[in-house]
Amino acid sequence: MAHLSDSLLFVAVLVYAMAMLGFAADAAARRASRVLSVEAVARDLVGAAGPPVTVTERPVRASGWVGTVALGLTALGWLAHVTSVVTRGVAAGRVPWGNMYEFSSAAALVAVTGFLVLVARGRVDKSLGAFVMLPVVLYLGLAGTVLYTKVGPLVPALNSYWIKIHVAAAVTASGAFLLSGVIALLYLLRVRFDERTVVGGSVRFPVSLGRSLPVAGSLDRAAYVVIAFAFPVWTFAIIAGAIWAEAAWGRYWGWDPKETWSFITWVLYACYLHARATGGWKGPKAAWIAVAAAGALIVDYYVVNIFVVGLHSYA
Amino acid sequence: MTTTPELESAAVRLSTAPEPVGPQRPRQLMAPVRRLWRQLTSMRTALLLLFLLALGAVPGGFLPQRSLNPVRVDQYVAKHPTLAPILDRLSLFDVFAAPWFAAVYLLLFVSLVGCLVPRIRLHARALRKPPPQAPGNLARLPASARWETSVPAEEVLGLAERRLRRWRTSRRGDALGAERGYLRETGNLLFHVSLVLLLVGIAVGQFYGFKGTVLVKEGSGFANAIASYDDIHPGRRFRQDSLVPLHFTLDDFRATYGPDGKARTFDAKVHYATSPDAPMAPYDIRVNHPLHVGAAKVYLIGHGYNVHVVVREKDGQVALDDSVGVPCLPQDARFLSTCTIKVPETRGPQLGFEGAFTPTTVRDPKTGRVGSAHPAVQAPALTIVGFSGDLGIDAGVPGSVYSLDHTHLTPLDGGRPHILVPGTSWQLPGGGSITFAGVTEWSTFQLTQDPGKRIALVAAIGIVLGLCLSLFVRRRRLWVRVRPETGTLTVVEVGGLARTDPDAFAAEFEELVSRLRSDIPPAAPTQATSTQEAE
Repeated sequence: MAHLSDSLLFVAVLVYAMAMLGFAADAAARRASRVLSVEAVARDLVGAAGPPVTVTERPVRASGWVGTVALGLTALGWLAHVTSVVTRGVAAGRVPWGNMYEFSSAAALVAVTGFLVLVARGRVDKSLGAFVMLPVVLYLGLAGTVLYTKVGPLVPALNSYWIKIHVAAAVTASGAFLLSGVIALLYLLRVRFDERTVVGGSVRFPVSLGRSLPVAGSLDRAAYVVIAFAFPVWTFAIIAGAIWAEAAWGRYWGWDPKETWSFITWVLYACYLHARATGGWKGPKAAWIAVAAAGALIVDYYVVNIFVVGLHSYA
Repeated sequence: MTTTPELESAAVRLSTAPEPVGPQRPRQLMAPVRRLWRQLTSMRTALLLLFLLALGAVPGGFLPQRSLNPVRVDQYVAKHPTLAPILDRLSLFDVFAAPWFAAVYLLLFVSLVGCLVPRIRLHARALRKPPPQAPGNLARLPASARWETSVPAEEVLGLAERRLRRWRTSRRGDALGAERGYLRETGNLLFHVSLVLLLVGIAVGQFYGFKGTVLVKEGSGFANAIASYDDIHPGRRFRQDSLVPLHFTLDDFRATYGPDGKARTFDAKVHYATSPDAPMAPYDIRVNHPLHVGAAKVYLIGHGYNVHVVVREKDGQVALDDSVGVPCLPQDARFLSTCTIKVPETRGPQLGFEGAFTPTTVRDPKTGRVGSAHPAVQAPALTIVGFSGDLGIDAGVPGSVYSLDHTHLTPLDGGRPHILVPGTSWQLPGGGSITFAGVTEWSTFQLTQDPGKRIALVAAIGIVLGLCLSLFVRRRRLWVRVRPETGTLTVVEVGGLARTDPDAFAAEFEELVSRLRSDIPPAAPTQATSTQEAE
C-alpha cells in the first residue's frame, strides 16, 4: 500500500508536468500573433540588446483543444494524487499528514483542488494552468525527494485526535495560501505588463508572460476569493493548534517559533484584507502583501521545521 | 468604475468603514488632540501598526527567546559577544515581553477600540433604519434591468416585495428598496470585539495564572505548594492560597521507543488525592492526556533516568545509599545523561562524582568515548570521574545539585573515568568504593492554572464565527421602481449594487431579475434588458 502511494504520487507529478506543458503550449498558441511571440522569445534569449518590439494587445481567442487536454490531464493527475494521499493514510493507519513529506503532498493537493474549483466556477481562466502547475510540480518534486519519509507511526506529541483537526485545517489553508500567492504574483506580472504596453514600451521576459494571462482585475479578485476562503481556515487552524497545545504542552500559546511564524503569517494576511479596503493600498500594494504573507507561510513551514529548534521540531 | 451621484447615494451606509482622514482646520483648543485621535483610529494607521506587529514578531521567530529556552540564549550570547549585547539591549531575546512590542499591540488595540465604538453605533443605527431611498437613475447602477408590463404599478411593487421577502424592504412612493447581508458587518464587529476579548483573556492569565515545574522520581511524591517546585512562574497577582490542594506519587514511568530510537509513548502512572484524608486514586498522565484537578492541570513534560549508587568508606560503612536515585539530566535524544553525585556525609574528606549515564552504551573503538545508541535501557553504564575534598555545601552559598564546585576538590585516580555497569563497583584509591546499584526513571511535571483560558476560548470562537460572517456574507442593495406608461403599461426598473464580489452579485441579480420577470411578465413585445441600458 505504501508502495502504491509512492508510485501514484510519481504518476501524479508526471501527469501534472504534462499538463503544465500542455497549458504552456496552449498559452503560446493563444498569443495574438505567432510571429510576434517568436520575436519576443528571440529577444528574451538575446536580452535587452534586441530591437524594440511594440506589442499591441489583440483580443485573445478562446482556449483551444490543447488547453482542454491539459485541464483533463490536471484532473487525471489530481485523481492519482488523491489516491496517493488516501493510500498513504491507509498504509500508515492514521491521517496522511503526520510528517513534512505528507503535509507537503496534501497541501499541493489542496492547491490543485483550489485551482480546479476556481476554473470550474469560472473564477479564473485555465490559461493560468502553466503558472499554477509549475510550482506544484516543483513543490511535489521537492517533497518526494528531499522530504520523503517512510510510512511510520506518530511521535507521542502528535498522537491525538487534534492532529485530524489542526493539521487538516493547516494543510487546507496552506495549500490555498500558496495558490493565492501564485495568483497574486501573476496579477503583479499582468499589471506590470499592462503598464509597459499602455505607454507603448517594450516588454521582456518575465513581464512578457503577462500577455497570456487573464486581465488584472480578474486575477486580483481570484487571489482575494482564495485568501478570503483560506484566512478563516488558517485562523481556525491556529486556534485548534492552541487548544491542542493547551492539552499537550500545558499552555495555549507560548511563542514557540512555529506559533510565532503562524502569527506573523496571520497578521500579514489580515494586513492584506485591510489593505484591500483602504484607499491607496488597493491593487498592486495589497498583492505584494499577499506575496509577503505567502513567503512568511513558507518560512513558517520549511525554515522553522528544518532550521529552528522548537516544539514543532519533529517530522 | 466611475462614481456617479446615483452610485454614491446608493452606496451610502453600505459600509461603516471610517472616513479617510483629510486635512482639518483647527477650530478649537481640542482640535490637535482630536486630529491625533482620528489619525490613530484611521484604517491607514491600523494597517501600519499591523505591519509593525508582524515585523516585530520576526526576531522572536528567528532568535532564541529567554521565555522558551534560556540555555540557547546563553549559547547565542557566548557565540556572538559583540552583537548579542546590542540585541539584548533591544530586548530581542524577550521580544514578546519587550516594551516596544507591547507599545505596538497596545496602540493597535487602542486604535481598534477607537474605530470599533463608532462603527458599532453606526451599525446599530443601520440595523434599525430601512434601506435608503432609491437613487434617481437605477440604470446607472452596476446591475440594472428594465421591462414593460401590463401589471398595474401598485401590484408590481407588491409582487416584488413578496419575491424579496428574505430581504429587508421598504416602500417609498414609486420605489421599493431592499437590502440584505447585515450580518457581514455584524460578523466584522464580532471578530474585532472578540480580538479585544482575547487580549483580556490573555491578560487575566498573565496576572492571575500560575505555572510550576517539578521533577519527581519513581517512588517519590509531590505535594502542591510553592516550596515543592523546582521552577515557578506565578502571575503578578497570583496568590499562593489559590494553588489547588493536590498531592500525588509517581509509581511508575514508562517510555516506549521504536527500533529507530524515536519515542512512541510516554506514560506516568500516578496515585493522587485532592485532600490529605481522601483515598489516593490512580491516573495515567500522558502527553496529550493531563490530569485535571479543579482549576489546574498537571502535564507530563519530560523524563530521564536516576542512577542508584551506594558509596562505602574504607571501613565498609555506608556513606550514601540513595534508594530513590540521583537524577541525571538528558543531553541528547538518545539520553546520554549527565550525573552529579555528592557524598557530604563522610568521616574523611567529602566525595563527589561527575559523569554520564548511557542507557544503551556504545564505545567508539578509536577514541574510547562512551555514547548512547538508544534511549531505552538496553546496556546501561555509568561513566564517572571522582573527586575528594570540600564540596562547598556548608559554606551557605546555595549551589546547584546538578554540578560540582571544583574549588576545593582534587580528582581521584588522576581524573581517569571509570565505567560501571549495574552491580559493579569502583574501589576508590583512598579506600572505600562506589557501587552502581541500578537505574530508575524520573518525570518532570508542569502544573498550570490559567483563569483566563475560558475567556480566551470564548474569544476564539467569536473570532472564527465573526470572520466567517464578515468574509462570506455579502451586503447588497436593490431597488425596484415602477412608472405608469401610456395606456395600461407599467415600466419596471430594477437596479442594485454590492460592495464586495461584484461577480457573485451579478449572477444573483440576473437570477433574481429572471424570477421577477416570471412574477411580473413583460408585455407582449419584449423590451430588451441589459445591465447598461441608457434611458
